[in-house]
Amino acid sequence: MSKNIVVGISELAVAQVPDILVTYALGSCVGICLYDRVARVGGLSHILLPSSKASVRNMDKLKFADTAIPELVRQMEMSGADRNRLVAKIAGGAKMFAAISTSSIVNIGQRNVAATREVLEELRIPIVGEDVGADYGRTMYFYTEDGRVRIHSASRGEWIW
Amino acid sequence: MAFKGYDQLNDMQLDVLRELGNIGAGNAATSLSSMLNRPVSITVPTVRILNIKGVTTELGGPENLIIGLLLTLEGDVTGMIMFLMQQDFAKMILQGLLGTDIEDVTNLDAMGHSALLEISNIMAASYVNAISQMTNLRINVSVPDISVDMAGAILSVPAIYFANISDEIIFIEDRFESNNESGISHVLLIPEVESLEKILSNLGIDL
Repeated sequence: MSKNIVVGISELAVAQVPDILVTYALGSCVGICLYDRVARVGGLSHILLPSSKASVRNMDKLKFADTAIPELVRQMEMSGADRNRLVAKIAGGAKMFAAISTSSIVNIGQRNVAATREVLEELRIPIVGEDVGADYGRTMYFYTEDGRVRIHSASRGEWIW
Repeated sequence: MAFKGYDQLNDMQLDVLRELGNIGAGNAATSLSSMLNRPVSITVPTVRILNIKGVTTELGGPENLIIGLLLTLEGDVTGMIMFLMQQDFAKMILQGLLGTDIEDVTNLDAMGHSALLEISNIMAASYVNAISQMTNLRINVSVPDISVDMAGAILSVPAIYFANISDEIIFIEDRFESNNESGISHVLLIPEVESLEKILSNLGIDL
């Protein structure tokens, strides 16, 4: 029996086959799924902001792309994953309110995606699938049995990749 | 700086913010009645300080489809104000304003969108004027923007905005009633910390 493990905002979790990692309603946040196909270990991180360096309130490292993703890799290695085998799928980074131009949130979805790509590149983890940008929310289901991702949206239905 | 975030507000300071929320909600009910041209009453609003998880739960969970309207505050007070309407509230408003029954809020036409934007303008002014009048601070409100989507996705925007301000947020629940219909709307008030200090100190509250 597989169970769903829910990952909230600024949280991460690691799961073994056959469990399913779920993060609900990504808006401008980004969900990062890492997968080791051999060990069949999966990890999911739900980040809120691109960089801990730009923040004065940066106590919580799971909030930021630059600190959460390395932590996810570390925890996956403790569960038997090999970092050289990891591949990534990412989703989210939407622009929910296009007309709002407050500097701290303008293009924040795009900046979250850019920071995520940068961190994954530094860690030499290839991105094998993505569904980012646009203007709608996404719920992300990540199946540790084969690494597939299912996206559920409010008005555009569901798709698997 | 006297305090670093909303989580450090004491009971008296919280009471003052609650009272501002109450006055704003009262003004909003009055404005709604004149827009809809029929009496609108409001049951006593509840004003709480919640973190983003608490707010999501109160809105019916992360995947609940809601209508989010976001406006930014500029002038002496900077920050954001956000209205989160449940579908029944939006339908009640649209029925009252346009005389049409809306089945599916994800499929609003241009008229429906602009009606809701206009309502958010008027409601934002109700709250902001309450703060302005009591504090003598000048506050301008930006044009609003709308998103009809999952509550969690809509809330990611204020969550990102206030991640650098506080872990908690001022959350107001208003239950409006009109002609035996009722609908719930929530308001998030997010003044930046310096602005919150100005509001409290202009009200004569010790920081």
